[in-house]
Amino acid sequence: MDDLRAFFDAYQTTIGFIGINAILALSVWVTLYTGQLTLGNAAFMGIAAYTSALLTLKAQVPFPLALLCGSLLAGAISVPLGATVFRLRGVYLAIATLAFGEVVRVVILATPITGRGQGLVGIPPKTELWHIFASLLVIAYVCARLRISSVGRAWAAIREDEVAAASQGIPVHRYKLAAFVIGALIAGWAGGIAAHFNFAIQPDEYGFARAVQILVFAIVGGVPNVLGPILGAALLTALPAALQPLQEFRDILQGAILVLVIVYLPRGLSTVFDLRRSARLRRVGAQDVA
Amino acid sequence: MDQIYNAIFIGSIYALFALGFTLVFSVLDILNLAHPALFTLGAFTALFAMQQGVPAGLAVLVAFVVCGVAGVILDRVAFAPLRRRNAPPLSAMISSIGVSLILIRLIQLKYGPDLQAYPAGSLPADVFTVAGLQLDTLRTVIIALAVGLMAALTFLVRRTRLGRELRALAENPRAARLLGIDVDRAIAATFFLSAGLGGVAGALYGFATNSPFSQMGLNFELKAFAVMVVGGMGSIPGAVLGAYLLSFGEVASLTFLPSELRDAFAFGLLFVVLVVRPSGILGQRAVDRV
Repeated sequence: MDDLRAFFDAYQTTIGFIGINAILALSVWVTLYTGQLTLGNAAFMGIAAYTSALLTLKAQVPFPLALLCGSLLAGAISVPLGATVFRLRGVYLAIATLAFGEVVRVVILATPITGRGQGLVGIPPKTELWHIFASLLVIAYVCARLRISSVGRAWAAIREDEVAAASQGIPVHRYKLAAFVIGALIAGWAGGIAAHFNFAIQPDEYGFARAVQILVFAIVGGVPNVLGPILGAALLTALPAALQPLQEFRDILQGAILVLVIVYLPRGLSTVFDLRRSARLRRVGAQDVA
Repeated sequence: MDQIYNAIFIGSIYALFALGFTLVFSVLDILNLAHPALFTLGAFTALFAMQQGVPAGLAVLVAFVVCGVAGVILDRVAFAPLRRRNAPPLSAMISSIGVSLILIRLIQLKYGPDLQAYPAGSLPADVFTVAGLQLDTLRTVIIALAVGLMAALTFLVRRTRLGRELRALAENPRAARLLGIDVDRAIAATFFLSAGLGGVAGALYGFATNSPFSQMGLNFELKAFAVMVVGGMGSIPGAVLGAYLLSFGEVASLTFLPSELRDAFAFGLLFVVLVVRPSGILGQRAVDRV
């Protein structure tokens, strides 16, 4: 028992980040499940991280309320953004959301109240591990329920064939926007939690690299189910910590895992016991990812 | 005047970088996110060659060939297996991220993460004056070389047999194969040219700053998105036009914006173009072709 305790204490930060990254992976899962490639979640995370951190730091707002404000602001910004960018598809959509993310980063860099390049330090460390995992549990449950609801079926229909979905009377644009906003709310929640777990935040944490990382978590784990993104985030967060002695070769291994998973397990790690279904899906020509 | 010269210089590098990026996108419809890593590889290949005593001009050629070969290998490892399976473009993006991680780490294993410098005296350092303008030989030669390469690539794609094959492949791979085009060879040529140009761009930019470092490609990646979208995705003249538009816009924006907001210009422009005219200035293809 003591050993377990010691292990827990030593890896507390890693364990916390596994949970946070899993929440982030779920935030991009919602849009991926709808077949839309968006890369704005790092920016939503950043918006909420700064909002909630400024609220607790400068205005002594209670922690839960600050989290909620951050998440809601990210959600509110995602509505007009989504309404604008969802006229685009595929790579164009990804680049547009990426551009939004860079604009957010530059604006944070240029605003005095955010501490610019130095970022914010001394954020009250209000996040406990159980906050992270309780949030993850609730969010994963909501996503899983959404997936099997009529909303989830509409999302899947849009992913498989947008025109066919529209002709079935599914309001495609509205469902895509809903997925985008839900993703932004989740990413915002994770951003607030992460800011109060880490004491300090910097604008560069929410740039292109983070956006890609979140996407990679979800894709490596697999988008067909809710467990995939959680698994992907857990594995890819724990791996660097476990490979501390091999630090120099860590990126090489991580890169190799990405390539191998995409080439040999196109529907993600979580489908490893489901290979026959994957093969069948391929035969009927279904989309690989998601 | 100095600023204009600077804008022409940086625009030429943007253009060389974006040309390779756009070539792969136009022929194969994939975003090769390992392109920045090849850019970095180019700068370091030149560094390695020059440390062995190879003159700068020849080192650029070495960078072209080495990066070109690396590009072909990249295709065999990360893209060819996905192509055989008809995987969606997203998969190719992810596997190229994997290769990029590996490549950057390999460079770091050899040279470390810090700024490097080319051997003293191996690059021309003299300055000359034309009509009252102070120009340095190095950057003038770089601009001339970059413009020459753009012209050569345009000629290759428009006027030669290989160019015709590439354009047929871009139009419809199946039909191209039926017409007797050696598709595998054409794809290998695409990757060789794209990666070679990326490598040359990296070597030239490395020369101009004389401080190559392992992450030097990152900023160019994001700018290249802006260049490609503004000019029209997959259009070669569009990429050149977009590159100079961006570099002049950035320089001009410095006169009325604080310098922290310089990057906001590129991404603001990118966002506006995507929303207003997603096909870009010279793009002809329908937007939802992904």
